[in-house]
Amino acid sequence: MRRFLAIRFLQALVALLAITLIVFGLTHLTGSPVDALLPDDASQAQIESLIRHWGLDRPLHEQYLAFLGNALQGDLGVSLKWRGYTAMEVVLQRLPATLKLGGLSVLLSIVVAIPLGVVAARHRGTMVDKSANVVALLGQSLPQFWLGIMLIWIFAVGLGWFPTSGQGGLPHMILPAIAMASFQVAALARLTRSAMLDSLRSEYVKLARLKGVPEYRIVWKHALRNAAIVPLTYFGLLAGSLLTGSVVIESVFSWPGTGLLSIEAIRGRDYPVVQAVVILFAVVFLLINYVVDALYALVDPRIRRA
Amino acid sequence: MTRPSRSTPLEETRGASASGELLLEVRDLRTHLDTKNGLVRAVDGVSFRLHSGETLGIIGESGSGKSMTVLSMLQVVPKPAARIVGGEVLYRGQNLLEKNEREMRRIRGREIAMILQDPQTSLNPVFTIGNQIVEALRLHRRDGGGKALVHRAVEALRQVRIAAPEERIRSYPHEMSGGMKQRAVGALAISCGPRIIVADEPTTSLDVTIQAQYLRLLRDLQRETGLAILFITHDFGIVAKLCRHLLVMYAGRVVEAGPVRAVFNNPAHPYTRALLGSVVRADTKAERLEAIAGQPPALWGLPSGCRFAPRCPHADDRCRKEYPPQLRVRDEASDHVASCWRLEESHGNR
Repeated sequence: MRRFLAIRFLQALVALLAITLIVFGLTHLTGSPVDALLPDDASQAQIESLIRHWGLDRPLHEQYLAFLGNALQGDLGVSLKWRGYTAMEVVLQRLPATLKLGGLSVLLSIVVAIPLGVVAARHRGTMVDKSANVVALLGQSLPQFWLGIMLIWIFAVGLGWFPTSGQGGLPHMILPAIAMASFQVAALARLTRSAMLDSLRSEYVKLARLKGVPEYRIVWKHALRNAAIVPLTYFGLLAGSLLTGSVVIESVFSWPGTGLLSIEAIRGRDYPVVQAVVILFAVVFLLINYVVDALYALVDPRIRRA
Repeated sequence: MTRPSRSTPLEETRGASASGELLLEVRDLRTHLDTKNGLVRAVDGVSFRLHSGETLGIIGESGSGKSMTVLSMLQVVPKPAARIVGGEVLYRGQNLLEKNEREMRRIRGREIAMILQDPQTSLNPVFTIGNQIVEALRLHRRDGGGKALVHRAVEALRQVRIAAPEERIRSYPHEMSGGMKQRAVGALAISCGPRIIVADEPTTSLDVTIQAQYLRLLRDLQRETGLAILFITHDFGIVAKLCRHLLVMYAGRVVEAGPVRAVFNNPAHPYTRALLGSVVRADTKAERLEAIAGQPPALWGLPSGCRFAPRCPHADDRCRKEYPPQLRVRDEASDHVASCWRLEESHGNR
């Protein structure tokens, strides 16, 4: 178990290193930051002094190592748009809002999707299964931004049950969380259903029935515990869709999180902030996947005791 | 249920003779299966009796309805495809087919336990052996708290000769060998002190030496507890070693039944003879191994007559039209029967 987690940790570090390389490479591909930093009528002397000041005249690998060294210390440069703040400060300030919204949407999708998938598998081929399938299909095919707008239109503008947008308490979070969870619910429910179908067909479920175990315990204990590995694996991917989803949903609902921030930073050509967002997203993503791996071992003794 | 509380299986010694108490009587059991090819009469009028201390063998090719018969007995047939459409399953005088799901759960595991074919898949991989045995005990034998149940689980493992049962109880299935897993399944089966164990090809997936050990174990357990065993197999050798009586099934029907010795020495049904002819025997020298001509029948749209007729060398028009009644085979065993129109002819000119 300890070995398994240690190996996974090293793998995560390697992945993170690769990501910094990509981020570094991409920023350089977009052209020299000098053009964005200086006004059009800047003199040649001004340009050169800036290039020297930023170390842009040094070889690429040296620049990368310097970038990496600074990044390790949490220094990703100063924000160009939000004067007086470092890029990291700007992002960290917005991160809690995104995590709060993402957490609620994950909670929502688990609470809805797992039981939906289990019940659909248990009553395979019946109306329950078919309606669950329709719900899943809708969730996967409706674009999130459209669903977000519809939710605002119906429940905020029409019925006035929830605020239309902005940050606040739980009421502010409900509509964006639903819009964000819709896709995840769909995918998660379908995965759970197919894993449960396999599990319910297994010999150990047959033997459990033959030893007199009541049906609800067979479904929720014997079968689900085995099937759980599949939706759990999906959780890692879910973390990704959560972060990318936040870009769309936060824009629709004007939710001041990192998603909205990244759009603002891109529009303002604030490269340090964009870099910081990407790297922080990567860290969050890897962290969630690491937690998933640990849960994996907790659920399946074959991994734990290997 | 009014029955004196039973002691642990180990202390219990019931009469182990074949003429023990009549435990189970299956009468004309019928189970239909809806498949995409149409209706399959998977179990079509199966009848037999099982006494305490007796081992009854059910033999037949795969798809002959052996497993479906016992699953129907316990009403755990795959739903909604399978339906039990008729017959009676009398367990100590009570018809199990009239019981509801709740009542059946008290029969399964507690009165009639089962051992499945493949120990690799029949134990739940995410729970320890102890968990899985204690779960059954908790369902059926609530007397005594958690500690007593764990103690009983250890005893059950000891009974199936698993070494260091106190430690094994904490093992997960993947930490055990195939043979040991099948012993653990056996421990699970005997843990609640059932009167009948149904073993559905329990040794098929074990290698030969482990197989012999396992069969010896079953026989010892039976001697210790007076269990009745219903042994499903396609292996005549195992039947010869383990059973006193046997049923031969073909396409959902019992085609021949009787004492093992009588059936072996004097097989009456052409199918039984063909099956025995395809077995390698150590005591006779055969030029070449016989194969049964043709394929096992597709189970949908079966002929109305004898199901073996298309492959039978003795079949005539009547065989193809009408299903034969069960007739007594004329030999020293009074309970040797076979379903064949041409019993006299085919039997005589062997």
